[in-house]
Amino acid sequence: MDTLLEIRNLAIMAGQNRILNLPELDVNRNEVLVLLGPNGAGKSTLLQAAAGLIKPTSGSVRFSGFSRLSDLEYRRKVSTVFQSPLLLTDTVRNNIATGLSFRGLSRKETYERVDRWMDLLHISHIKDRQARVLSGGEAQRVSLARAFCLETELILMDEPFSAVDAPTRQELLDDLRGVLSKTSQTCMYVTHDIDEALTIGDRVAVMFGGDLHQIGPVQTIFNHPKTPEVAAFMGVENIIPGVVAQANENIVSIKSGNTIVESVGNLPVGSSVFICLRPEDITLYTAEEEIRPSTARNRLLCRITSMVHQGSLIRVEMDSGIRLIALVTRPSVQELGLDVGRQVYAVFKASAIHLLPAKSANL
Amino acid sequence: MQNLVDGIVKAFQLLIQGDPEVIRITLLSLQVSGLATIISLLLGLPIGTFLALVNFPTKRFWISVINTGMALPPVVVGLIVSIFLWRSGPLGDLHLIYTPTAIVIAQVLISFPVAAGLIISALQQLDPRLRIQMLGLGASKIQMVLVLWKEARLPMFAAIIAAFGSVISEVGASMMVGGNLEGHTRVLTTAIVLETSRGVFASAIALSIILIGIAFLVNLGLTTIQQRNR
Repeated sequence: MDTLLEIRNLAIMAGQNRILNLPELDVNRNEVLVLLGPNGAGKSTLLQAAAGLIKPTSGSVRFSGFSRLSDLEYRRKVSTVFQSPLLLTDTVRNNIATGLSFRGLSRKETYERVDRWMDLLHISHIKDRQARVLSGGEAQRVSLARAFCLETELILMDEPFSAVDAPTRQELLDDLRGVLSKTSQTCMYVTHDIDEALTIGDRVAVMFGGDLHQIGPVQTIFNHPKTPEVAAFMGVENIIPGVVAQANENIVSIKSGNTIVESVGNLPVGSSVFICLRPEDITLYTAEEEIRPSTARNRLLCRITSMVHQGSLIRVEMDSGIRLIALVTRPSVQELGLDVGRQVYAVFKASAIHLLPAKSANL
Repeated sequence: MQNLVDGIVKAFQLLIQGDPEVIRITLLSLQVSGLATIISLLLGLPIGTFLALVNFPTKRFWISVINTGMALPPVVVGLIVSIFLWRSGPLGDLHLIYTPTAIVIAQVLISFPVAAGLIISALQQLDPRLRIQMLGLGASKIQMVLVLWKEARLPMFAAIIAAFGSVISEVGASMMVGGNLEGHTRVLTTAIVLETSRGVFASAIALSIILIGIAFLVNLGLTTIQQRNR
Protein backbone atom coordinates (compact mmCIF):
# COMPACT_ATOMS: atom_id res chain seq x y z
CA MET A 1 0.00 0.00 0.00
CA ASP A 2 1.29 3.42 -0.98
CA THR A 3 1.51 5.65 2.09
CA LEU A 4 0.82 9.34 1.56
CA LEU A 5 0.89 10.80 5.06
CA GLU A 6 2.83 9.44 8.02
CA ILE A 7 1.85 10.38 11.55
CA ARG A 8 4.27 9.28 14.25
CA ASN A 9 4.17 9.63 18.04
CA LEU A 10 1.86 12.58 17.75
CA ALA A 11 0.92 14.26 21.02
CA ILE A 12 -1.01 17.47 21.40
CA MET A 13 -1.49 19.07 24.79
CA ALA A 14 -3.83 21.87 25.81
CA GLY A 15 -2.23 23.13 28.99
CA GLN A 16 -1.90 20.05 31.18
CA ASN A 17 -4.45 18.02 29.21
CA ARG A 18 -3.37 15.61 26.55
CA ILE A 19 -6.02 16.00 23.87
CA LEU A 20 -4.38 13.74 21.34
CA ASN A 21 -2.05 10.79 21.65
CA LEU A 22 -1.36 8.90 18.47
CA PRO A 23 1.63 6.53 18.28
CA GLU A 24 1.19 5.73 14.59
CA LEU A 25 -1.23 6.40 11.75
CA ASP A 26 -0.69 6.15 8.01
CA VAL A 27 -2.98 7.66 5.41
CA ASN A 28 -2.81 5.67 2.19
CA ARG A 29 -2.83 7.27 -1.23
CA ASN A 30 -6.28 7.37 -2.88
CA GLU A 31 -8.21 6.29 0.21
CA VAL A 32 -10.95 7.98 2.17
CA LEU A 33 -10.01 7.62 5.82
CA VAL A 34 -12.84 8.51 8.18
CA LEU A 35 -12.03 9.70 11.68
CA LEU A 36 -15.01 8.62 13.74
CA GLY A 37 -15.79 9.30 17.36
CA PRO A 38 -17.88 11.35 19.78
CA ASN A 39 -17.28 15.02 20.58
CA GLY A 40 -13.99 15.57 22.34
CA ALA A 41 -12.41 12.46 20.84
CA GLY A 42 -9.62 14.53 19.28
CA LYS A 43 -10.71 13.99 15.66
CA SER A 44 -10.75 17.67 14.74
CA THR A 45 -7.47 18.24 16.52
CA LEU A 46 -5.89 15.42 14.52
CA LEU A 47 -7.33 16.89 11.32
CA GLN A 48 -5.94 20.34 12.09
CA ALA A 49 -2.55 18.85 12.86
CA ALA A 50 -2.69 17.01 9.53
CA ALA A 51 -3.56 20.33 7.87
CA GLY A 52 -0.51 21.99 9.41
CA LEU A 53 -2.77 24.41 11.26
CA ILE A 54 -1.71 23.45 14.78
CA LYS A 55 1.76 22.59 15.95
CA PRO A 56 2.06 19.21 17.67
CA THR A 57 3.47 19.26 21.19
CA SER A 58 5.62 16.34 20.08
CA GLY A 59 5.83 13.87 17.24
CA SER A 60 5.53 14.39 13.52
CA VAL A 61 3.12 14.58 10.64
CA ARG A 62 4.76 14.42 7.26
CA PHE A 63 4.20 13.50 3.65
CA SER A 64 6.09 10.35 2.60
CA GLY A 65 9.29 11.34 0.93
CA PHE A 66 9.11 14.98 2.04
CA SER A 67 10.98 15.38 5.27
CA ARG A 68 11.78 19.07 4.97
CA LEU A 69 8.86 21.25 3.99
CA SER A 70 8.33 24.80 5.21
CA ASP A 71 5.00 25.47 6.95
CA LEU A 72 3.66 27.16 3.84
CA GLU A 73 4.87 24.42 1.48
CA TYR A 74 3.23 21.86 3.72
CA ARG A 75 -0.07 23.75 3.93
CA ARG A 76 -0.15 24.04 0.15
CA LYS A 77 -0.11 20.26 -0.19
CA VAL A 78 -3.46 20.04 1.60
CA SER A 79 -6.81 21.75 1.42
CA THR A 80 -9.58 21.97 3.96
CA VAL A 81 -13.36 21.99 4.24
CA PHE A 82 -14.92 22.85 7.58
CA GLN A 83 -18.39 22.51 9.05
CA SER A 84 -19.08 26.16 8.29
CA PRO A 85 -18.40 27.08 4.64
CA LEU A 86 -16.68 30.38 5.64
CA LEU A 87 -17.07 32.07 2.25
CA LEU A 88 -15.86 35.59 1.46
CA THR A 89 -18.13 38.50 0.53
CA ASP A 90 -17.76 37.92 -3.19
CA THR A 91 -19.22 35.90 -6.04
CA VAL A 92 -19.31 32.11 -6.05
CA ARG A 93 -16.73 31.99 -8.83
CA ASN A 94 -14.27 34.28 -7.04
CA ASN A 95 -14.77 32.37 -3.80
CA ILE A 96 -13.83 29.11 -5.46
CA ALA A 97 -10.75 30.80 -6.94
CA THR A 98 -9.53 31.92 -3.48
CA GLY A 99 -6.98 29.15 -2.90
CA LEU A 100 -5.74 29.25 -6.49
CA SER A 101 -5.12 32.99 -6.22
CA PHE A 102 -2.89 32.33 -3.18
CA ARG A 103 -0.80 30.05 -5.39
CA GLY A 104 -0.43 32.66 -8.10
CA LEU A 105 -1.96 30.65 -10.93
CA SER A 106 -2.61 32.45 -14.20
CA ARG A 107 -6.08 33.88 -14.65
CA LYS A 108 -6.78 31.55 -17.52
CA GLU A 109 -5.79 28.40 -15.67
CA THR A 110 -7.57 29.55 -12.51
CA TYR A 111 -10.91 29.99 -14.23
CA GLU A 112 -10.55 26.81 -16.27
CA ARG A 113 -10.17 24.85 -13.06
CA VAL A 114 -12.87 26.81 -11.24
CA ASP A 115 -15.34 26.19 -14.08
CA ARG A 116 -14.51 22.49 -14.24
CA TRP A 117 -15.08 22.02 -10.52
CA MET A 118 -18.26 24.07 -10.49
CA ASP A 119 -19.48 21.69 -13.15
CA LEU A 120 -18.49 18.57 -11.19
CA LEU A 121 -20.26 19.85 -8.09
CA HIS A 122 -23.34 21.09 -9.99
CA ILE A 123 -23.04 24.78 -9.13
CA SER A 124 -22.25 26.29 -12.54
CA HIS A 125 -25.69 27.91 -12.62
CA ILE A 126 -24.95 30.03 -9.52
CA LYS A 127 -21.42 31.12 -10.44
CA ASP A 128 -22.19 34.86 -10.49
CA ARG A 129 -24.27 34.87 -7.34
CA GLN A 130 -23.02 36.58 -4.20
CA ALA A 131 -21.94 34.05 -1.57
CA ARG A 132 -24.11 35.65 1.11
CA VAL A 133 -27.37 34.76 -0.68
CA LEU A 134 -26.62 31.03 -1.00
CA SER A 135 -28.49 28.31 0.86
CA GLY A 136 -26.54 26.19 3.35
CA GLY A 137 -26.22 23.30 0.92
CA GLU A 138 -25.10 25.53 -1.97
CA ALA A 139 -22.56 27.30 0.25
CA GLN A 140 -21.08 23.96 1.29
CA ARG A 141 -20.83 22.91 -2.37
CA VAL A 142 -18.88 26.12 -3.02
CA SER A 143 -16.62 25.29 -0.10
CA LEU A 144 -16.07 21.79 -1.55
CA ALA A 145 -15.29 23.17 -5.02
CA ARG A 146 -12.89 25.69 -3.47
CA ALA A 147 -10.96 22.86 -1.81
CA PHE A 148 -11.14 20.35 -4.69
CA CYS A 149 -10.02 22.81 -7.39
CA LEU A 150 -6.65 23.12 -5.64
CA GLU A 151 -6.08 19.48 -6.61
CA THR A 152 -3.87 18.95 -3.57
CA GLU A 153 -2.50 15.58 -2.54
CA LEU A 154 -4.78 15.47 0.50
CA ILE A 155 -8.18 16.98 1.29
CA LEU A 156 -9.25 17.30 4.90
CA MET A 157 -12.92 17.60 5.82
CA ASP A 158 -14.19 18.37 9.31
CA GLU A 159 -17.86 17.40 9.63
CA PRO A 160 -18.65 19.23 6.40
CA PHE A 161 -22.33 18.34 6.32
CA SER A 162 -23.33 18.34 9.97
CA ALA A 163 -24.95 21.77 9.71
CA VAL A 164 -27.16 21.10 6.67
CA ASP A 165 -30.62 19.52 6.74
CA ALA A 166 -30.98 15.77 6.31
CA PRO A 167 -32.17 15.52 2.67
CA THR A 168 -29.55 18.03 1.46
CA ARG A 169 -26.94 16.17 3.44
CA GLN A 170 -27.73 12.89 1.72
CA GLU A 171 -27.48 14.58 -1.69
CA LEU A 172 -24.17 16.23 -0.79
CA LEU A 173 -22.82 12.99 0.58
CA ASP A 174 -23.75 11.07 -2.57
CA ASP A 175 -22.19 13.73 -4.81
CA LEU A 176 -19.06 13.88 -2.67
CA ARG A 177 -18.69 10.12 -2.81
CA GLY A 178 -19.03 10.27 -6.59
CA VAL A 179 -16.38 12.97 -6.93
CA LEU A 180 -14.00 11.21 -4.54
CA SER A 181 -14.19 7.92 -6.39
CA LYS A 182 -14.01 9.57 -9.82
CA THR A 183 -10.86 11.51 -8.91
CA SER A 184 -9.25 8.99 -6.49
CA GLN A 185 -8.67 11.99 -4.25
CA THR A 186 -7.07 11.09 -0.92
CA CYS A 187 -9.26 12.39 1.87
CA MET A 188 -9.44 12.45 5.66
CA TYR A 189 -13.00 12.93 6.78
CA VAL A 190 -14.09 13.70 10.34
CA THR A 191 -17.56 12.75 11.48
CA HIS A 192 -19.44 11.49 14.50
CA ASP A 193 -22.08 9.89 12.30
CA ILE A 194 -21.73 6.14 11.69
CA ASP A 195 -23.94 6.23 8.58
CA GLU A 196 -21.73 8.91 7.01
CA ALA A 197 -18.69 6.82 7.85
CA LEU A 198 -20.25 3.74 6.27
CA THR A 199 -21.27 5.67 3.14
CA ILE A 200 -18.03 7.44 2.43
CA GLY A 201 -15.16 5.67 4.18
CA ASP A 202 -12.74 3.10 2.80
CA ARG A 203 -11.17 2.80 6.22
CA VAL A 204 -12.39 4.07 9.55
CA ALA A 205 -10.31 5.18 12.52
CA VAL A 206 -12.37 5.21 15.71
CA MET A 207 -11.19 7.62 18.40
CA PHE A 208 -12.10 8.23 22.03
CA GLY A 209 -10.60 10.72 24.46
CA GLY A 210 -7.62 11.49 22.24
CA ASP A 211 -6.73 7.83 21.63
CA LEU A 212 -7.09 5.74 18.51
CA HIS A 213 -9.04 2.63 19.51
CA GLN A 214 -9.32 0.81 16.20
CA ILE A 215 -8.57 1.35 12.56
CA GLY A 216 -9.61 -0.81 9.65
CA PRO A 217 -12.08 -1.38 6.83
CA VAL A 218 -15.58 -0.13 7.61
CA GLN A 219 -17.18 -3.60 7.76
CA THR A 220 -14.50 -4.97 10.09
CA ILE A 221 -15.05 -2.15 12.55
CA PHE A 222 -18.79 -2.62 12.32
CA ASN A 223 -18.75 -6.39 12.82
CA HIS A 224 -15.68 -6.87 14.97
CA PRO A 225 -15.17 -3.92 17.27
CA LYS A 226 -12.03 -4.25 19.36
CA THR A 227 -12.95 -2.28 22.48
CA PRO A 228 -16.22 -1.81 24.41
CA GLU A 229 -16.17 1.89 23.47
CA VAL A 230 -15.94 1.12 19.76
CA ALA A 231 -18.63 -1.56 20.12
CA ALA A 232 -20.96 0.88 21.90
CA PHE A 233 -20.30 3.58 19.30
CA MET A 234 -21.05 1.15 16.48
CA GLY A 235 -24.51 0.52 17.94
CA VAL A 236 -23.82 -2.52 20.13
CA GLU A 237 -26.06 -1.63 23.04
CA ASN A 238 -25.56 -4.80 25.06
CA ILE A 239 -22.04 -4.93 26.46
CA ILE A 240 -22.05 -7.25 29.46
CA PRO A 241 -19.00 -8.24 31.52
CA GLY A 242 -18.61 -11.93 32.30
CA VAL A 243 -16.21 -14.80 32.91
CA VAL A 244 -15.74 -17.92 30.77
CA ALA A 245 -17.13 -20.79 32.87
CA GLN A 246 -16.90 -23.61 30.39
CA ALA A 247 -15.23 -24.10 27.02
CA ASN A 248 -15.81 -26.84 24.46
CA GLU A 249 -15.20 -26.87 20.71
CA ASN A 250 -15.71 -23.27 19.68
CA ILE A 251 -18.57 -22.74 22.10
CA VAL A 252 -17.96 -21.06 25.42
CA SER A 253 -20.35 -20.60 28.32
CA ILE A 254 -20.03 -17.23 29.97
CA LYS A 255 -21.28 -16.49 33.44
CA SER A 256 -22.45 -13.01 34.27
CA GLY A 257 -24.00 -12.85 37.73
CA ASN A 258 -26.32 -15.85 37.83
CA THR A 259 -26.94 -15.81 34.11
CA ILE A 260 -25.20 -18.14 31.67
CA VAL A 261 -24.83 -17.13 28.03
CA GLU A 262 -23.41 -19.32 25.28
CA SER A 263 -21.29 -17.82 22.57
CA VAL A 264 -19.19 -18.89 19.66
CA GLY A 265 -15.58 -18.38 20.68
CA ASN A 266 -12.36 -19.96 21.78
CA LEU A 267 -11.21 -18.68 25.12
CA PRO A 268 -9.77 -20.50 28.14
CA VAL A 269 -11.92 -21.01 31.22
CA GLY A 270 -11.55 -18.14 33.66
CA SER A 271 -11.00 -15.41 31.04
CA SER A 272 -12.75 -12.11 31.68
CA VAL A 273 -14.73 -11.00 28.66
CA PHE A 274 -17.33 -8.55 27.44
CA ILE A 275 -20.39 -10.07 25.78
CA CYS A 276 -21.30 -7.78 22.86
CA LEU A 277 -24.77 -8.21 21.38
CA ARG A 278 -26.61 -5.92 18.96
CA PRO A 279 -30.15 -5.14 20.06
CA GLU A 280 -31.51 -6.07 16.63
CA ASP A 281 -30.11 -9.60 17.05
CA ILE A 282 -32.42 -10.38 19.99
CA THR A 283 -35.82 -11.94 19.26
CA LEU A 284 -38.59 -11.78 21.87
CA TYR A 285 -41.25 -14.37 22.72
CA THR A 286 -43.91 -14.10 25.37
CA ALA A 287 -43.40 -16.41 28.33
CA GLU A 288 -46.58 -18.37 27.56
CA GLU A 289 -45.73 -18.84 23.92
CA GLU A 290 -44.45 -22.12 22.54
CA ILE A 291 -40.98 -21.28 21.26
CA ARG A 292 -40.44 -22.49 17.74
CA PRO A 293 -37.49 -24.83 17.39
CA SER A 294 -34.47 -22.85 16.26
CA THR A 295 -30.72 -22.92 16.32
CA ALA A 296 -30.62 -20.10 18.85
CA ARG A 297 -28.78 -21.42 21.87
CA ASN A 298 -29.65 -18.64 24.28
CA ARG A 299 -33.07 -18.26 25.84
CA LEU A 300 -33.32 -15.93 28.84
CA LEU A 301 -36.47 -15.26 30.82
CA CYS A 302 -36.69 -11.50 31.39
CA ARG A 303 -39.07 -8.87 32.69
CA ILE A 304 -39.62 -5.75 30.55
CA THR A 305 -38.54 -2.65 32.47
CA SER A 306 -39.07 0.05 29.82
CA MET A 307 -40.19 0.63 26.25
CA VAL A 308 -39.16 3.71 24.28
CA HIS A 309 -39.86 4.72 20.68
CA GLN A 310 -36.70 5.01 18.65
CA GLY A 311 -37.38 6.03 15.05
CA SER A 312 -39.52 3.37 13.42
CA LEU A 313 -38.58 0.79 16.06
CA ILE A 314 -39.22 0.34 19.75
CA ARG A 315 -36.39 -0.09 22.18
CA VAL A 316 -37.25 -2.64 24.84
CA GLU A 317 -35.21 -2.77 28.02
CA MET A 318 -35.31 -6.02 30.00
CA ASP A 319 -33.94 -7.51 33.18
CA SER A 320 -32.96 -11.16 33.50
CA GLY A 321 -30.29 -10.80 36.09
CA ILE A 322 -28.39 -8.99 33.34
CA ARG A 323 -29.75 -5.92 31.60
CA LEU A 324 -30.64 -6.52 27.95
CA ILE A 325 -31.82 -4.16 25.23
CA ALA A 326 -33.73 -5.30 22.15
CA LEU A 327 -35.10 -3.42 19.15
CA VAL A 328 -38.46 -4.63 17.89
CA THR A 329 -40.88 -3.44 15.24
CA ARG A 330 -44.24 -1.94 16.12
CA PRO A 331 -46.23 -4.87 14.65
CA SER A 332 -44.26 -7.31 16.84
CA VAL A 333 -45.00 -5.24 19.92
CA GLN A 334 -48.71 -5.42 19.14
CA GLU A 335 -48.67 -9.08 18.15
CA LEU A 336 -46.85 -10.11 21.32
CA GLY A 337 -48.74 -7.65 23.50
CA LEU A 338 -45.49 -6.39 24.98
CA ASP A 339 -45.75 -4.02 27.91
CA VAL A 340 -43.69 -2.89 30.85
CA GLY A 341 -43.73 -5.53 33.59
CA ARG A 342 -44.46 -8.47 31.27
CA GLN A 343 -42.29 -11.55 31.21
CA VAL A 344 -40.68 -12.48 27.91
CA TYR A 345 -38.01 -14.76 26.57
CA ALA A 346 -35.04 -13.04 24.93
CA VAL A 347 -33.66 -15.42 22.32
CA PHE A 348 -30.38 -14.97 20.45
CA LYS A 349 -27.85 -17.09 18.63
CA ALA A 350 -24.46 -17.99 20.01
CA SER A 351 -23.02 -16.65 16.75
CA ALA A 352 -24.68 -13.24 17.22
CA ILE A 353 -22.39 -12.59 20.15
CA HIS A 354 -19.05 -10.91 19.65
CA LEU A 355 -16.67 -11.53 22.54
CA LEU A 356 -14.14 -8.97 23.64
CA PRO A 357 -11.35 -10.14 25.93
CA ALA A 358 -11.47 -7.82 28.93
CA LYS A 359 -7.76 -7.02 28.81
CA SER A 360 -8.04 -5.28 25.44
CA ALA A 361 -10.88 -3.38 27.05
CA ASN A 362 -8.35 -1.73 29.31
CA LEU A 363 -6.75 0.11 26.38
CA MET B 1 -30.78 85.94 12.36
CA GLN B 2 -29.29 88.70 10.26
CA ASN B 3 -25.83 87.40 11.22
CA LEU B 4 -26.62 84.03 9.72
CA VAL B 5 -27.91 85.47 6.45
CA ASP B 6 -24.95 87.85 6.21
CA GLY B 7 -22.60 84.96 6.90
CA ILE B 8 -24.04 82.80 4.16
CA VAL B 9 -23.95 85.68 1.66
CA LYS B 10 -20.37 86.50 2.65
CA ALA B 11 -19.33 82.88 2.42
CA PHE B 12 -20.43 82.69 -1.18
CA GLN B 13 -18.76 86.03 -1.94
CA LEU B 14 -15.50 84.74 -0.48
CA LEU B 15 -15.77 81.50 -2.37
CA ILE B 16 -16.70 83.05 -5.67
CA GLN B 17 -14.10 85.82 -5.36
CA GLY B 18 -11.51 83.18 -4.43
CA ASP B 19 -10.25 85.19 -1.45
CA PRO B 20 -6.55 84.23 -1.20
CA GLU B 21 -6.54 84.12 2.61
CA VAL B 22 -9.57 81.83 2.74
CA ILE B 23 -8.10 79.59 0.08
CA ARG B 24 -4.80 79.40 1.96
CA ILE B 25 -6.54 78.54 5.23
CA THR B 26 -8.67 75.93 3.53
CA LEU B 27 -5.76 74.29 1.73
CA LEU B 28 -3.68 74.22 4.91
CA SER B 29 -6.54 72.55 6.79
CA LEU B 30 -6.84 69.91 4.09
CA GLN B 31 -3.08 69.35 3.93
CA VAL B 32 -2.57 69.11 7.67
CA SER B 33 -5.59 66.93 8.42
CA GLY B 34 -5.14 64.83 5.28
CA LEU B 35 -1.50 64.14 6.12
CA ALA B 36 -2.38 63.36 9.75
CA THR B 37 -5.05 60.91 8.55
CA ILE B 38 -2.65 59.18 6.15
CA ILE B 39 0.04 58.85 8.84
CA SER B 40 -2.57 57.52 11.29
CA LEU B 41 -3.60 54.87 8.78
CA LEU B 42 -0.01 53.91 8.01
CA LEU B 43 0.52 53.36 11.74
CA GLY B 44 -2.99 52.13 12.51
CA LEU B 45 -3.15 49.39 9.88
CA PRO B 46 -0.17 47.34 11.06
CA ILE B 47 -0.64 48.08 14.76
CA GLY B 48 -4.41 47.58 14.67
CA THR B 49 -4.04 44.36 12.67
CA PHE B 50 -1.41 43.07 15.07
CA LEU B 51 -3.55 43.85 18.13
CA ALA B 52 -6.64 42.33 16.51
CA LEU B 53 -5.09 39.09 15.31
CA VAL B 54 -2.11 38.20 17.47
CA ASN B 55 -2.57 36.86 20.97
CA PHE B 56 -0.10 37.94 23.63
CA PRO B 57 -0.32 38.50 27.38
CA THR B 58 -0.88 42.29 27.52
CA LYS B 59 -3.13 42.43 24.46
CA ARG B 60 -6.26 43.57 26.34
CA PHE B 61 -4.32 46.31 28.08
CA TRP B 62 -3.10 47.77 24.78
CA ILE B 63 -6.52 47.58 23.16
CA SER B 64 -7.93 49.43 26.19
CA VAL B 65 -5.22 52.08 25.79
CA ILE B 66 -6.18 52.55 22.13
CA ASN B 67 -9.88 52.68 22.95
CA THR B 68 -9.26 55.27 25.63
CA GLY B 69 -7.21 57.21 23.09
CA MET B 70 -10.28 57.38 20.85
CA ALA B 71 -11.83 59.70 23.42
CA LEU B 72 -8.70 61.75 24.08
CA PRO B 73 -9.61 65.47 24.42
CA PRO B 74 -7.72 67.51 21.77
CA VAL B 75 -6.77 70.14 24.33
CA VAL B 76 -4.98 67.50 26.40
CA VAL B 77 -3.12 66.36 23.29
CA GLY B 78 -2.32 70.03 22.58
CA LEU B 79 -0.94 70.42 26.08
CA ILE B 80 1.25 67.32 25.87
CA VAL B 81 2.61 68.18 22.43
CA SER B 82 3.23 71.77 23.56
CA ILE B 83 5.23 70.58 26.55
CA PHE B 84 7.41 68.41 24.32
CA LEU B 85 7.88 70.96 21.55
CA TRP B 86 8.21 74.06 23.76
CA ARG B 87 11.50 75.84 23.21
CA SER B 88 12.80 74.65 26.56
CA GLY B 89 11.11 71.26 26.22
CA PRO B 90 12.70 67.90 25.41
CA LEU B 91 12.23 68.38 21.65
CA GLY B 92 12.58 72.15 21.68
CA ASP B 93 15.71 72.08 19.55
CA LEU B 94 13.61 70.91 16.60
CA HIS B 95 11.89 74.35 16.56
CA LEU B 96 8.56 72.80 15.67
CA ILE B 97 6.21 74.65 18.01
CA TYR B 98 3.84 76.98 16.07
CA THR B 99 4.51 75.22 12.77
CA PRO B 100 2.13 73.18 10.56
CA THR B 101 4.29 70.14 11.42
CA ALA B 102 3.39 70.58 15.09
CA ILE B 103 -0.31 70.54 14.15
CA VAL B 104 0.21 67.36 12.12
CA ILE B 105 1.94 65.69 15.09
CA ALA B 106 -0.90 66.64 17.44
CA GLN B 107 -3.54 65.52 14.95
CA VAL B 108 -1.81 62.17 14.42
CA LEU B 109 -2.02 61.60 18.19
CA ILE B 110 -5.75 62.35 17.98
CA SER B 111 -6.60 60.34 14.87
CA PHE B 112 -4.26 57.35 15.30
CA PRO B 113 -6.27 55.81 18.17
CA VAL B 114 -9.47 56.37 16.19
CA ALA B 115 -8.04 54.63 13.13
CA ALA B 116 -6.38 51.80 15.07
CA GLY B 117 -9.38 51.26 17.37
CA LEU B 118 -11.85 51.00 14.52
CA ILE B 119 -9.49 48.75 12.52
CA ILE B 120 -9.21 46.44 15.54
CA SER B 121 -12.96 46.20 15.89
CA ALA B 122 -13.43 45.82 12.12
CA LEU B 123 -11.08 42.82 12.05
CA GLN B 124 -12.38 41.31 15.27
CA GLN B 125 -15.92 41.34 13.88
CA LEU B 126 -14.85 38.75 11.32
CA ASP B 127 -15.40 35.09 12.09
CA PRO B 128 -12.13 33.97 13.73
CA ARG B 129 -12.42 30.66 11.87
CA LEU B 130 -11.99 32.56 8.60
CA ARG B 131 -8.26 32.86 9.36
CA ILE B 132 -7.93 29.10 9.85
CA GLN B 133 -9.90 28.52 6.65
CA MET B 134 -7.65 30.83 4.62
CA LEU B 135 -4.49 29.22 6.00
CA GLY B 136 -6.11 25.86 5.26
CA LEU B 137 -6.46 26.92 1.63
CA GLY B 138 -2.76 27.69 1.42
CA ALA B 139 -2.60 31.42 2.21
CA SER B 140 0.68 32.83 3.47
CA LYS B 141 0.37 34.99 6.58
CA ILE B 142 0.44 38.15 4.47
CA GLN B 143 -2.13 36.80 2.00
CA MET B 144 -4.36 35.93 4.94
CA VAL B 145 -4.14 39.48 6.32
CA LEU B 146 -4.91 40.95 2.88
CA VAL B 147 -8.01 38.75 2.61
CA LEU B 148 -9.15 39.86 6.06
CA TRP B 149 -8.65 43.55 5.19
CA LYS B 150 -10.64 43.07 2.02
CA GLU B 151 -13.36 41.16 3.85
CA ALA B 152 -13.60 43.95 6.46
CA ARG B 153 -13.47 46.71 3.86
CA LEU B 154 -16.71 48.44 4.88
CA PRO B 155 -15.78 49.04 8.53
CA MET B 156 -12.18 49.74 7.46
CA PHE B 157 -13.43 52.62 5.32
CA ALA B 158 -15.46 53.78 8.30
CA ALA B 159 -12.14 53.95 10.17
CA ILE B 160 -10.70 56.29 7.51
CA ILE B 161 -13.81 58.48 7.58
CA ALA B 162 -13.79 58.69 11.38
CA ALA B 163 -10.05 59.38 11.56
CA PHE B 164 -10.30 62.26 9.09
CA GLY B 165 -13.43 63.56 10.84
CA SER B 166 -11.69 63.57 14.21
CA VAL B 167 -8.96 65.96 13.01
CA ILE B 168 -10.57 68.21 10.41
CA SER B 169 -13.02 69.35 13.09
CA GLU B 170 -10.65 69.66 16.06
CA VAL B 171 -9.58 73.08 17.29
CA GLY B 172 -7.93 72.82 20.72
CA ALA B 173 -4.72 71.12 19.72
CA SER B 174 -4.28 73.13 16.50
CA MET B 175 -4.67 76.32 18.45
CA MET B 176 -2.23 75.35 21.19
CA VAL B 177 0.59 73.88 19.09
CA GLY B 178 -0.01 75.93 15.92
CA GLY B 179 -0.66 79.29 17.53
CA ASN B 180 -3.16 80.38 14.84
CA LEU B 181 -0.50 82.47 13.10
CA GLU B 182 -1.90 84.28 10.11
CA GLY B 183 -0.53 82.95 6.84
CA HIS B 184 1.42 80.26 8.63
CA THR B 185 -0.57 78.00 10.97
CA ARG B 186 -4.10 79.33 10.70
CA VAL B 187 -6.54 76.55 9.81
CA LEU B 188 -10.31 76.67 9.38
CA THR B 189 -11.21 75.80 12.96
CA THR B 190 -8.76 78.20 14.58
CA ALA B 191 -9.84 80.95 12.19
CA ILE B 192 -13.48 80.39 13.18
CA VAL B 193 -12.56 80.72 16.87
CA LEU B 194 -10.67 83.93 16.15
CA GLU B 195 -13.43 85.52 14.07
CA THR B 196 -16.04 84.59 16.66
CA SER B 197 -13.99 86.04 19.51
CA ARG B 198 -13.62 89.25 17.51
CA GLY B 199 -17.38 89.34 17.01
CA VAL B 200 -17.07 89.00 13.24
CA PHE B 201 -19.82 86.40 13.03
CA ALA B 202 -20.34 86.69 9.29
CA SER B 203 -16.78 85.67 8.60
CA ALA B 204 -16.95 82.88 11.19
CA ILE B 205 -20.11 81.51 9.61
CA ALA B 206 -18.56 81.68 6.15
CA LEU B 207 -15.56 79.66 7.31
CA SER B 208 -17.87 77.21 9.10
CA ILE B 209 -19.82 76.60 5.93
CA ILE B 210 -16.58 75.95 4.06
CA LEU B 211 -15.44 73.57 6.82
CA ILE B 212 -18.67 71.62 6.78
CA GLY B 213 -18.65 71.63 2.98
CA ILE B 214 -15.13 70.18 2.87
CA ALA B 215 -15.95 67.55 5.47
CA PHE B 216 -19.02 66.65 3.45
CA LEU B 217 -17.18 66.42 0.13
CA VAL B 218 -14.34 64.35 1.53
CA ASN B 219 -16.75 62.00 3.26
CA LEU B 220 -18.94 61.80 0.19
CA GLY B 221 -15.92 60.70 -1.81
CA LEU B 222 -14.88 58.09 0.77
CA THR B 223 -18.43 56.87 1.25
CA THR B 224 -18.89 56.50 -2.49
CA ILE B 225 -15.82 54.28 -2.68
CA GLN B 226 -16.96 52.36 0.39
CA GLN B 227 -20.45 51.66 -0.88
CA ARG B 228 -19.27 50.79 -4.38
CA ASN B 229 -17.14 48.04 -2.84
CA ARG B 230 -20.03 46.40 -1.04
